[in-house]
Amino acid sequence: MSAASKLLIFGGIALAVFGMLYGLHYALFVEHQTLDRMGGSLATAFTNAADRHMSEAHTAIAAYGATRYDYVRQVDVHSHWIGLAMLMIVLGVAIDHVAFGDRIRFWIALTLLVGSLVFPLGVLLQSESHGAAFASATAIVGAAIVTVALAAVVVGFARQSG
Amino acid sequence: MAVWEPPPIPPGGGQRGSAGSAVRIAPKDTPANIAATFPAMGARRLLVFGGIALIAGGMLFGDIFAVFVLHQNGGQTGEALLAASRAVAAQHPSGVKDAFGQIGSLLEDRGTKIDAHVHMTDAGYLALLLALIQPYVALSAGRKKFLAKLFLIGGVLLPLGIFLIHYVGVAYSPFSVIGWASILADSAGALLIIALIGELWGLWNHFRSMRVGAVEAELPEDRSWERRILLAGGTLLVLLGFLHGAWYAGTMLYEHEAMETRILNTMLDGASANNLTAAGRSVADYGALQAEKAVNIAAHSHIIEFGLLAILLSFVQPYVFLDAEWKRRWVTLLLAGSIILPVFVLLELKLGLVSGGIADIGGLMVIVALIGMLVGVLRYSGRLDAGPGASA
Repeated sequence: MSAASKLLIFGGIALAVFGMLYGLHYALFVEHQTLDRMGGSLATAFTNAADRHMSEAHTAIAAYGATRYDYVRQVDVHSHWIGLAMLMIVLGVAIDHVAFGDRIRFWIALTLLVGSLVFPLGVLLQSESHGAAFASATAIVGAAIVTVALAAVVVGFARQSG
Repeated sequence: MAVWEPPPIPPGGGQRGSAGSAVRIAPKDTPANIAATFPAMGARRLLVFGGIALIAGGMLFGDIFAVFVLHQNGGQTGEALLAASRAVAAQHPSGVKDAFGQIGSLLEDRGTKIDAHVHMTDAGYLALLLALIQPYVALSAGRKKFLAKLFLIGGVLLPLGIFLIHYVGVAYSPFSVIGWASILADSAGALLIIALIGELWGLWNHFRSMRVGAVEAELPEDRSWERRILLAGGTLLVLLGFLHGAWYAGTMLYEHEAMETRILNTMLDGASANNLTAAGRSVADYGALQAEKAVNIAAHSHIIEFGLLAILLSFVQPYVFLDAEWKRRWVTLLLAGSIILPVFVLLELKLGLVSGGIADIGGLMVIVALIGMLVGVLRYSGRLDAGPGASA
């Protein structure tokens, strides 16, 4: 097993375990409360509107929007960490078929690992600090790193002689 | 105590190390060596059969759901939201509560079906992945086979339990909030976890000891056209899906989130002013927004999952006992369906139901290609089990 392969498989397993633990923690301690808050805010908004308490109704809609903003990102962080980890493990099995030298293959693996860590981290930061530029920048940089690594893998597979 | 059996040494496919232990077996693409990597009803064969069957089954369920349930469910949810708006206009809070109860039930119906589809296909992906790592799982053949069976039973029962949650509810359940279907789903999930822990234990044994390379014959080294196209095509699909997701997040996600709260506020303002036409328009806008979000997310996730599927299937190709032309046909059909489905799901908002129909045909193409490959693997196994020399 090559160094690139080991890095992708063990890095992928570690990232998957981390992503699952994060997801488990979120599901046990945060998700149900968040879903209750989200559904409750929407129902409260409509009930307040039925009672003609429009100011409270709009406040409840704003609360719904803010809660949903967090919820979407938290679920995205969890699923993207695990999804990228799965991709790393699968590519770890196939990386030796990428038609580049060992050194380049290792750099591709390392790039994919770094991007897979940083991209969801940026999304998580967006959830922690709404609208912060550094959070979006982190996510964009992470996504760009993963894109470059994947493009290199595509080229490497396509170059392979039959 | 030995935790695994010595690997069988195929003729010409392996060699003995100085200590007498089996060393890395990297079989060349010869029939005898490929056969050695696919023992009769061994763990790898079970996982390959089961994995492809689970993916095909999950996709078929998803196609049926998309045609017969998805749009109808969306329409009913819109009607319930309209009923909530009417209750607001009539200053009838209990009517609002009833409408939201109905929306909750519709969302549960939709959510459990999507979850059943996702969990069945994902269990299939995991089964194929486990088939790949079997050479590094240092457990006895019997234990590996037991874990494979456990995983596949869990992979079938988990989506079944999830599917039944909406219909069984809490009927005859000893618990107030957890029904029998949830108990079935959770138990199946536990089976999957136990099987995965067992596989991880085997991996740990292997890498801790470092006494041997692979504990059984590794996957055949295949340099065929099918493997190369599936690897390159699969990674390209993943890349396209990733780029689409980045584009969606960068250009539309924030706008959609702002639109959602704006539409809901307009809906409430219209309903409270007894302007049911305006409220109805807002409900329609809300439905259109949800549809736009749903098609973008579905296109993003499906193209990436098809990419992963193509990469995983590239490793199964040596076991597909079909002539080269048919193997190429199935690979081409799979990749074509993998691009048609997400592209036409995206175009559904512009082209309507025609586009949805073409997307469903794309899904069907992937299913047919999977079944074609599964038939090839079954033929290979049949030849292999029929006797020596039959697997050529």
